[in-house]
Amino acid sequence: MTRRLSEAAVLRAQLREFYEDYAACLDAQDLERWPDFFTEDARYRVLPKENHDAGLPLSLIYAENRNMIRDRVVALRETTVYEPRALRHFVSGVRPVAVEGTTIRAEANVLVVESLSDREPVVSLVGRYLDTIVETDAGFLLKDRCCVIDNYRIRNSLIIPV
Amino acid sequence: MDPAEAQSFAARPGRWPEEGHTRIPSWIYTDPEIFRREMDVFFAGKTWNYVGLDCEVPEPGCYKRQWIGTRPVVMVRNQAGEINVFENRCAHRQAQICWQNTGRVKDFTCPYHQWNYSLDGRLVGMPFRRGQRGQGGMPADFDLNAHGLARLRTVNRGGMVWASFAHDGPSFEAYCGPEVLAEIDHVFSGRELVLMGYSRQLIPANWKTYLENLKDPYHATLLHTFYITFGLWRADSESACIPTEGGKHSVMISHNRGKKVTETTSEMNRFRGDFQLLDMETVTPVREFNESRVGGAWIFPAAQIGIQANSLKVRHVIPRSPGEHELVFTYFGFADDSEDLKRLRLKHANLLGPAGFVSMDDSEMLKQVQEGAAGYPESLGVIEMGGKDLEPTDYMVTEVMIRAFYAWYREQMGL
Repeated sequence: MTRRLSEAAVLRAQLREFYEDYAACLDAQDLERWPDFFTEDARYRVLPKENHDAGLPLSLIYAENRNMIRDRVVALRETTVYEPRALRHFVSGVRPVAVEGTTIRAEANVLVVESLSDREPVVSLVGRYLDTIVETDAGFLLKDRCCVIDNYRIRNSLIIPV
Repeated sequence: MDPAEAQSFAARPGRWPEEGHTRIPSWIYTDPEIFRREMDVFFAGKTWNYVGLDCEVPEPGCYKRQWIGTRPVVMVRNQAGEINVFENRCAHRQAQICWQNTGRVKDFTCPYHQWNYSLDGRLVGMPFRRGQRGQGGMPADFDLNAHGLARLRTVNRGGMVWASFAHDGPSFEAYCGPEVLAEIDHVFSGRELVLMGYSRQLIPANWKTYLENLKDPYHATLLHTFYITFGLWRADSESACIPTEGGKHSVMISHNRGKKVTETTSEMNRFRGDFQLLDMETVTPVREFNESRVGGAWIFPAAQIGIQANSLKVRHVIPRSPGEHELVFTYFGFADDSEDLKRLRLKHANLLGPAGFVSMDDSEMLKQVQEGAAGYPESLGVIEMGGKDLEPTDYMVTEVMIRAFYAWYREQMGL
């Protein structure tokens, strides 16, 4: 017996795939491919819950266009001194919040586990994505990604974007 | 310190090396007894400590939770509009009365037994003060006035709030000295402040490694490719490194000068002439009140006022244990900033904090310093760049501010 997926379930599955591809890109630290998940005019922010809840704009990472997203990749590759690390991104609870034409507002939880070469793995951060996604001929692209992290503080450094 | 006590204390972890202030023994970064003593002598002693900005508590009843060393405190604005700082603990059983970073209350009530305090820290009352049905209750001679929240001396200078546990210590002005006061007044000139937000990170290194980092322009001109390449902080910019008040504080100044190649750049291995950003605005400040003059003052024990490009912030260090400190950046702007300047302040904050193009190098580096020092507590740091003296310089390739600090630190700690 075959069962037809509802339109909503299809959208959910497609979004799920998009979020998992994004997570896999960061897990692989394939940073050169990371900007491809965004539109040219995309905004990307990582900010603590403390700031977000108080309406304070200060972000730990703040990009107001895809060029700034690309610049961060080049800076990490060419200029930043940091200890090598393995990261695993766990994304759950992906769900569309509102759909208007080809624009989708979606949210998801994210958990990042970081392993350094001389330490046991630790939860580096946990938070949620508040996203605006557009559907294009090339698939989904992020027009706005706001990653609000629950952490009171970052464990040392936030090197690889979320 | 009593000389006998000083001697027995100094004998405990080890002796400061003969060379004096050009050497730093690694046990000062790891020894729990040293840490405990620093908390008492400095943070709880005759120092003035950064607590916050007045714009963080804009209305009566608004509070901000903070720590001075390992001691929790709370800053609150009272009904008259004045800002006070209290120990964040109930006078009854020491439970913290304030559980959130910021908020607004009518008064403070400790949830444990509901002792109730006014915004001035006065104990107003508690349930069952007279007992119940004639049984229990506080003794008749219990004096509410003697059991308020413990209050610190507090100063608000230009919107910056400072507090001291020492009621017999120096005035804030005398403590800072003229050079540091000038730096505070330069940024906090009375223009209305606007809070932009916080970044917080837990750095796995002793708190003094961060203090040293901010007294070490030598590393900034080598480690931080981003700074060097885009001319935000370079060895060949006009600069000043000034230890003040006997080495306790310091003022470190440079200028944003933009990307250029000079004869000095060949010495900077990490200068990248070919490195360009697609969005150069990230490293391009607009001119404002500071006229491209950046850097600022380290105000002992744990605060720094800093300008980099158009980002304005206070850095505050909260020691958590000998091997860990929390680093908090409080970013702000001014009420009369244009929309574009507000945007640039946020954009230039990309340079700093746990994900900062420049600061990432530091937090990663300090972990390595702590690990190395902890493994070899008898090893010695060598602080001779720029010579062995303690005189201010007008160049950056120097460790004079670290030397001057440790000359002062040894005396205070009896080491």
